[in-house]
Amino acid sequence: MSLDWGLGALINLNHPGHYLHWHVIDVSVANLTVMVLMVVAFVAALVLPFPGRKHRKGDEK
Amino acid sequence: MSKRYNPDVDVPEYTGRYAPYDIIKEGTIALVVVLILVLGLSITFGSPDDKAITLQTWSKADPVDFATTAFSELDGSSAVAGYGAPYNTNGTSQHWGFIAPAKWLGVHIPINTATDFVVSPLESQPANPALSSALAQWKGATSATQSAWLTAYSNVSGKMSFSGDRVVVPSAKDGPVPVMITSLTQMARSGALDQALETSKGFYTTDFTKPLLFLSDGTYFASLAQKGHLLGTQWGMMNETDSYPGQAWLWLYTFWYQVSPFNTSASADFLVWGLMMILTAVLVLVPFIPGLRSIPRRIKLYRLIWREHYQDL
Amino acid sequence: MSTTIDRQWTTRLRKRVEGTLPPEKLLPDTQPAYVASWIYVFGVLTLVAMAEVIGTGVILAIFGPQWWHVSGVGHFINSMHLWGVEVFFFAMIVHLWGKFAMAAWRGGRTLTWITGAVTFLASILTAFTGYLSQTNFDSQWISTQAKDGINSTGGGAFFNVLNFGQMLMWHIVLMPIIAVALVAFHVILVRIKGVVPPIVENPEVGQ
Repeated sequence: MSLDWGLGALINLNHPGHYLHWHVIDVSVANLTVMVLMVVAFVAALVLPFPGRKHRKGDEK
Repeated sequence: MSKRYNPDVDVPEYTGRYAPYDIIKEGTIALVVVLILVLGLSITFGSPDDKAITLQTWSKADPVDFATTAFSELDGSSAVAGYGAPYNTNGTSQHWGFIAPAKWLGVHIPINTATDFVVSPLESQPANPALSSALAQWKGATSATQSAWLTAYSNVSGKMSFSGDRVVVPSAKDGPVPVMITSLTQMARSGALDQALETSKGFYTTDFTKPLLFLSDGTYFASLAQKGHLLGTQWGMMNETDSYPGQAWLWLYTFWYQVSPFNTSASADFLVWGLMMILTAVLVLVPFIPGLRSIPRRIKLYRLIWREHYQDL
Repeated sequence: MSTTIDRQWTTRLRKRVEGTLPPEKLLPDTQPAYVASWIYVFGVLTLVAMAEVIGTGVILAIFGPQWWHVSGVGHFINSMHLWGVEVFFFAMIVHLWGKFAMAAWRGGRTLTWITGAVTFLASILTAFTGYLSQTNFDSQWISTQAKDGINSTGGGAFFNVLNFGQMLMWHIVLMPIIAVALVAFHVILVRIKGVVPPIVENPEVGQ
């Protein structure tokens, strides 16, 4: 095997994609995954507590 | 206050606490995180690279589709032949009522499919008696005679086949047309047509308008795209080749092509572009649009974002 | 003497810049206490993803547009360029949702919103010309499809998506300049105006 490390992806996506069809909606699993992750990231960003807000008292300026 | 306070536009001056916040450290951590993420995704999934097709691969894979397309370029029935601006004046450009910017701007990339895609490439071929006399016959004929040949050929072209490196059609009074179509198909299969179209403006070239337009007139190209779920009717604009995520951010643009009236309109592109320009202007001008700019206050997500601030009050 | 100096264009410009964007505003070490949510990191994530995309793009530019078809290393750099773009848009869109939820245009920040929205559009055009510059089947298909949309607007008269050389120039010269300038302007506006304070329904009550 040559050291052609660029082409050797661990998970091969070089095959026809899977698509979900619902009424007029037609979306690839890959794109849907990205969009769902975006919504998850957005919700998580709003809900998860932001660290480093414990010692506010002494930080006044 | 001189003017009425509007919570969607104004903010009272902030007089509360400030806390240490290291933006350079934040940026550095973000950079490291993104680099690790991108490296991980690249190692895990790689990226797609489906080889470009050529007129040669097309004419070898499907010579009948190629020859049929070549004939449509010669008789002016192909999509590009009747496109209109910016390629020629043979078709009605997309418009909405009297608004037809493509027509107003006119022909900027002149394409005569019969000359540019068929006759000129054939003339660039090394002389061969059959082809030379066919071309001489074609160019010496009146347009009425040419039309008669084309009509005769189109009447039999439905029975076209390809055998022994020749495009075969039932005999008809089609003059030089069969020799021209067979020669162009042979030329394409040898790779010479790719060369002829790419270098039609000279040695150095970065412009692939002609071979791409020729390619787009056949059904072979679109059939490959259909297999890859890339057609406009398949929401193809947001799809990537193979199983990779694509341009998901084009979802709204590609959505309009799936629904009425756009999916049946001959000016769908123009209408969708017009609509998207209006919607884009709306996005850009949200801060000025009453009602729209109140949505954040109504949906109250901000209460969640600034929950500690509101708790402290 | 000092009045002569004060009237110089150079001096005036420097004082103006010092006044609008003093170093404490450009690189602040504190933020208002309300800046405490994970939603704030998506702006900086967009920025660093953009840096990653530019960095990998520079490497691809050094070796030329065909390199990544024939080199394993080149293909890997292309993968990083592509995934960088996916991360960039991911972060940018979540940033957009977040800023909308915060009505971040309030308090004289309309231009910040507008430059952000325009940057989104410029990014779409940059990505689009990138897809056209791949020199593979994807580029062929996208260009022949996109020509109809652009031709219908009349734009096809001077923006020919089938002209690879033209699209490559747009992708690696013009659009990066435009996008970087827009982003720089956007970030400077954020620094000048500061992070938008929480929504106050009624200033008398204070909330």
